[in-house]
Amino acid sequence: MIRLVADSFSWGTFPDAVRFIADNPGLLWHKSVQHMELSGAAIGIALLLALPLGVVLGHLGRGSFVAISVSNLGRALPSLVLIAFALFVSGHFFLNNMAALVVLGVPPILTNAYFGIEGVDRNVVEAARGMGMSGRDILLRIELPLALPLIVAGIRIAAVFIIATATIAAVAGGGGLGDVIVNQATYHLSGVVGASLVVSLLAFGAALVLALLRKLLTRRHVSAD
Amino acid sequence: MSGFGILAQQPVIPNFGAGSKCETENHAFCTGWVADHWSDTLQPALLQHIKLAAIAVAIGFVLAFAAALVAYRYRRADQPIGLLSDFLYTIPSLALFQLLVPLTGLTVTTVEVALVSYTLLILYRNILEGLRGVPVEVREAARGMGLTRLQSLVRVELPLAVPSIMAGVRIATVSTISIATVAAFVIPEGLGRPIFIAIGQDVFKTEIIAAGGLAILLALAADGLLVLLGRALTPWRNA
Repeated sequence: MIRLVADSFSWGTFPDAVRFIADNPGLLWHKSVQHMELSGAAIGIALLLALPLGVVLGHLGRGSFVAISVSNLGRALPSLVLIAFALFVSGHFFLNNMAALVVLGVPPILTNAYFGIEGVDRNVVEAARGMGMSGRDILLRIELPLALPLIVAGIRIAAVFIIATATIAAVAGGGGLGDVIVNQATYHLSGVVGASLVVSLLAFGAALVLALLRKLLTRRHVSAD
Repeated sequence: MSGFGILAQQPVIPNFGAGSKCETENHAFCTGWVADHWSDTLQPALLQHIKLAAIAVAIGFVLAFAAALVAYRYRRADQPIGLLSDFLYTIPSLALFQLLVPLTGLTVTTVEVALVSYTLLILYRNILEGLRGVPVEVREAARGMGLTRLQSLVRVELPLAVPSIMAGVRIATVSTISIATVAAFVIPEGLGRPIFIAIGQDVFKTEIIAAGGLAILLALAADGLLVLLGRALTPWRNA
C-alpha cells in the first residue's frame, strides 16, 4: 500500500498506461483470466443460490420482508470489509474471496428476481389460472418471461459489483488485475492506470453483454404476441 | 548488577508494543486493544469516514438535483445524462480512484470526485422519477390556482417527490459509506485504513472486526437517521 515510487501525476500518464497495456499483453491477459475465474465462479454460485429462492418467493408472494432486508443489508456491507472478514474463513485465498463475492452478489439477484416475479400483473396471472394453467405452468410460461428484464438487470448489477470487488480482493491474495493495481512499486503509475483501464473494460463488457441479452430476451417475447 | 544477570537469562522475545496475550496470539476479538486504540486509531478513522461520505453525498446531491431539473424541464437531456451516469457507475471503484490519480494526485479531491460520481446515478434517477411521478392533474390544479411554473415546482411538485428523493439519498449515503473504505488505497483516511494495516500485520483480527463493524454500523445508523429525516420532511404521510 505504500507508494515507494514518486511518479508525477499528469495527463501524460494516460498515454504511458496505454503503452503499458501494449507492452504487457501476456501479463494483463493472465491477470484478466484470473480475475474472471474468481468473478465467474462467484457469479455462478450467487445465481444458483439467489435466483431459485427469489423466483419461488416471488411466485408465492411471500417473504417481501426477506427480499427487502437482504437488499438493504447487502448494501450496508462494504466490499473491503467483506473481503477482510472472509480472510478468517479458511486458509484458501480463492475460497475466501469467492465467499465474500458471493455474499455481495446475492442481494441484487434475489431482490430483482423477487420483485420481478411478484410485480407481474395479477390480472394476467388470474387469466392464466382461468385458462386452466397449473401453478408451475404459470411460473414458467407467464411469470418468468414477464419478469426476465428485471431478473437480468439484477444479474447485471451483481456482475458489475463482483468484477469491481474482485479487484479489491488482491489485498487478500485474490490475484487478478487488482494485483497490478495495488503494486505500484513494481508496475509504476502507468501500470496501475493501465490495469485500471483493463478492469473497467471488463466490467463495462460484462454490463454490455447482459444489456444485450436483456434486449434479446425481451424482443423475442414481445414479438411472440 | 544482579538485575542484569536476571535479564541475561531470559530469551529475547520481541515485544510488539504492549501487546496482551490476546493480541499476540491474534484471538478473534480483544476488547483491550479496542479500548487502548479507540482514541488514536478508530475514532479518527470513523470521523474521517463520516466527513468523506457527507461531503460526497452533499456535492452529489447538488449536481444530481441540477441535472434532474434540467432533464425534467427538457426531456431530450434525459438520455445523455442517464447514459453518462450509467457509464460512471460501471467503473470499478478501485480503478476509478487510480484513474483519477494522474489528474488530481493522492489527494482528498481524487477520493471525493470518485465518491461523487457513484452517488450521481442513484440520486439523479430518484429525483427525476419522483418529479415525474407527480400526477398530471395535481400539476394542472396548481397551474389553475395561478401558481407560476417555479412556484408549482417548489411548493407542489418537489414536496410530493420527497419520498422518492429520500429513498435515493438513503441508497446513495449507504453505498458511499461502503465505497469510502476503498479510499484508503489512495489516502490514509477513513475506516479502510485500519483494515489495510491489519491485513498487512498478519491479518490482525481485532482491528479488522472493529473497523469493519464500525463501517457497517455507520451505514446502518445513517440509513436509520435518513428514514427519520424523511418522515419529518413529509408530515402529511404519517397521518
